[in-house]
Amino acid sequence: MTNTWQDIKNADVVLCMGDNAAEAHPCGFKWVIEAKIENQAKVIVVDPRFTRTASVADVYAPIRPGTDIAFLSGLIRFLLEKDAIQREYVRTYTNAGLIVREDFGFEEGLFTGYDEEHRSYDKTSWHYEVDEHGYAKVDDTWQHPRCVINLLRKHVDRYTPEMVSRICGTPQDKYLKICELIAGTAAPDKAMTNLFALGWTQHSVGSQNIRTMAMVQLLLGNIGISGGGMNALRGHSNIQGLTDVGLMSNLMPGYLTLPSDAETTFERYMRSRQYKPLRPGQTSYLQNYRKFFVSFQKAVYGDAAQADNDWAYDWLPKLDNDGYDILRAFEMMAKGKINGYICQGFNPLQSFPDRGKSRRALGKLKFLVVMDPLDTETSRFWQDFGPQNPSDPAQIQTEVFQLPTTCFAEEKGSLVNSARWMQWHWKAADGPGEARSDIWIMTGIFHRLREMYRKEGGAFPDPILNLTWNYTDPTAPDPEELAKDMNGYTFVDLKDESGAVVLHAGQLLDSFGQLRDDGTTSSGCWIYTGCYTEKGNQMARRDASDPREQGLAPNWAWAWPANRRIMYNRASADPAGKPWNPAKPLIQWNGSRWVGIDVPDYGLTTKPSDGVGPFINNTEGLGRLFALDLMAEGPFPEHYEPFESPVPNVLHPKVQSNPAARVFADDRAAFGTASDFPYVATTYRLTEHFHFWTKHARINAILQPEEFIEIGEVLAKEKGIEQGGWVRLTSKRGEVVCKAYVTKRIRPMTVNGGPTHVIGVPIHWGFTGQTRKGYGANTLTPSVGDANSETPEFKAFLVNVEKISPPVAEKAANV
Amino acid sequence: MDLRRRGFIQLTGAGLAASTLGAIGFGSSGDALAAAVRPFKLTATKETRNTCTYCAVACGILVYSAGDRAKNARSNIIHIEGDPDHPVNRGTLCPKGSALLDVVHAPTRLKQPKYRAPGSSEFKVVSWDFALERIARLMKQDRDANFVARTAAGATVNRWLTTGMLAASASSTETSYLTWKVVRSMGMLVFDNQARV
Repeated sequence: MTNTWQDIKNADVVLCMGDNAAEAHPCGFKWVIEAKIENQAKVIVVDPRFTRTASVADVYAPIRPGTDIAFLSGLIRFLLEKDAIQREYVRTYTNAGLIVREDFGFEEGLFTGYDEEHRSYDKTSWHYEVDEHGYAKVDDTWQHPRCVINLLRKHVDRYTPEMVSRICGTPQDKYLKICELIAGTAAPDKAMTNLFALGWTQHSVGSQNIRTMAMVQLLLGNIGISGGGMNALRGHSNIQGLTDVGLMSNLMPGYLTLPSDAETTFERYMRSRQYKPLRPGQTSYLQNYRKFFVSFQKAVYGDAAQADNDWAYDWLPKLDNDGYDILRAFEMMAKGKINGYICQGFNPLQSFPDRGKSRRALGKLKFLVVMDPLDTETSRFWQDFGPQNPSDPAQIQTEVFQLPTTCFAEEKGSLVNSARWMQWHWKAADGPGEARSDIWIMTGIFHRLREMYRKEGGAFPDPILNLTWNYTDPTAPDPEELAKDMNGYTFVDLKDESGAVVLHAGQLLDSFGQLRDDGTTSSGCWIYTGCYTEKGNQMARRDASDPREQGLAPNWAWAWPANRRIMYNRASADPAGKPWNPAKPLIQWNGSRWVGIDVPDYGLTTKPSDGVGPFINNTEGLGRLFALDLMAEGPFPEHYEPFESPVPNVLHPKVQSNPAARVFADDRAAFGTASDFPYVATTYRLTEHFHFWTKHARINAILQPEEFIEIGEVLAKEKGIEQGGWVRLTSKRGEVVCKAYVTKRIRPMTVNGGPTHVIGVPIHWGFTGQTRKGYGANTLTPSVGDANSETPEFKAFLVNVEKISPPVAEKAANV
Repeated sequence: MDLRRRGFIQLTGAGLAASTLGAIGFGSSGDALAAAVRPFKLTATKETRNTCTYCAVACGILVYSAGDRAKNARSNIIHIEGDPDHPVNRGTLCPKGSALLDVVHAPTRLKQPKYRAPGSSEFKVVSWDFALERIARLMKQDRDANFVARTAAGATVNRWLTTGMLAASASSTETSYLTWKVVRSMGMLVFDNQARV
């Protein structure tokens, strides 16, 4: 989230698209209701199903799964055509006026530079035209035919209301009503917030779904303001934290990136991370990258990281591709290229696409380690559970370890919520039996391995032997000590401009502004610096006071970065520093400095007249309507059909699906076509369940006890399916046998002139826990991911459905 | 009747029972029940501030455990409710968060390390020492056999691709930092979390 949960109450329009917050994030959704009641906000819901979120909407419109970019590109066309944009914001805070290279182009579904063989682009032309100083050329009058806003205008011109309706199946009248409501927030004192979640990410075009909306928000001047923003609701309690700390294949803590093979030396690595400003006088804050990197290496390797060994740069593993994401990992596993796998609080057998492939892949491992508080399906993949998990254990040679861990109530530490708040929690009891904390287990494995390398030697032991481990209890480091490590220390006295010592050697740092690249500071995660200072554990703060009741609660816990509650808040004020919305100011210029209720996302004394852009992390200081070379499939979003789609891509039939998405050959062979699988399926959560965890909790298992699908009345009638009757749902990859819930909430849509039926597949079942045994929606889903993030396409795929008689076991149970 | 906030929330927490009694004509019996019984339930418990383990709204919760936390006493969590001080959830919980107690005490909570040998059709209980020693040995064998220090072209790459890890999504940030250190110091690149699914 760029903003906070409570800040939603400041919105004039709430767009829920790609989420179903009323059911998946109920206690956060109360702030949408607050906006509706107290701020007279209009709530818009665009969703394939009439959800509980839709039930409180002012306008609801259905949409075919996987067509959000067409919908939103049409919206951009509408805003530009009606001139319903916040002109001064767009002119001064976005790259609308910057001029793009002459050799950039887009034709028949492809941008310039496409390499069909490698399914990737040479992105050289996706850049600004630059002058002799290397600065981007600009035309603030927007007359130049190749300035970004004119190229955008041309790009979205194809998305007429007729075209949007033809692709998305959304009735034109509803679509246009939504466009008009949204356009109203172009006024400087009006705000729209957007809530999204996996409904946008789990597509082969997931990242571009979100980008398209971010562009809408920039055009409307809704980024950086109270009641605005792009708000990713985030699914798990600390998935934000795990990502911040870089537990992803290509990341290091604080969104630093691992080196690649080509970056053979530290200096070469740094050359591609210089973040040289693309416009004069811009902040381009990531120019400080070297400080963050060196301080990180000092935190991890201590005295072993020195200038003369390039801060132990060589000890970092180097990537030979874009990253070893989950889809690649299971592809490698299925091919016998991975021997060992550790699952920490994660249940891939139910979570990853194409469950049959996952089961086969796990069976090729030499060893599998599962650390979890619960008895997961993954840890029992080898066991025969009948049709839900057929297996012959004698044929599976995998050694499996099932290690019991403590749960949230049995540990202390911080979790990072959707709004980037690091909230500390405390331990209430010990875990059951011999359960141990993840910290204790990881440490136990590490210490044994380190001891073996000490005694026996082996492959390159240096980083293992030199890893810092200065903890009071080395067998189970205290979370507070780990938090201090992440915050970081100074090794020398730090002085301010007057020469006065502000921090003594050995003290905890106050902010990442104090980090240095000469090895005199450490920080395990630079964006967290300030979370645990000499003043104490800032994450444990519990002062809920809220200036002007504006929804920031700045002294509750601690928000990264720098305890800032609303990102890009410089953009909440006009170029002169006056709030666009005087009723809800965040920061403003008082003549000598920036002041307000939030921590300014800007130089504290940078004058408005200096012309420094508000997006200080970007090299040109501006919000990007043109993404340069940062996206895999293009600098502008384009509608591509899901990899399994009922219709051709009517915009460019030769480029049906995302041309830059990676597809493994076996996975491609497992894609189905509309002739065999004529219905569109989409997966989702229920209010009563959380993934595959709550089926272990008795109350939730009673509330939603068994697997089912949702199917519209028209299709049910066509197929002779009764309410609560048994069905077989099949895709090219597998089948699910369960009951059908026949509903009015899903209705057929007219897509490209014909009817399209959508079937809803809740995800929560498996073969362990308190609910009845089930298959899991991922038995059906295709193994293909977004071209940028490799998030699997769970939200749009093809199935067939048929009525069946009850399975034998069910008949017996009913006798 | 002086119903303290906690007593009141307990009354509504008693929920179904009280309101059903009311609905079938027992009048204020629910109030009487709450006043007579409920305040006692938490009197001897310890209150601990925590966060719901499910979604990233991260509702504040109060966890109540029996036991005085003396050295020889074992705490037992007996009740969990929303934290009224929390600026986001303000005491409310959803159908998942309201049932947190049932996941803490789920019958399928794991209590002992278990091991399944190749080809076996069952788990066997093992000691922590056996499990951790064996895991470390398997990892070392694989790392020593497959670690890539340099590419054919001579570039230093120091990577290990034949063992991978999936990190948790509900463990603490501090756990994740320690996990990163351990995993990357070994050179592991097949490493991901649950951000995508």
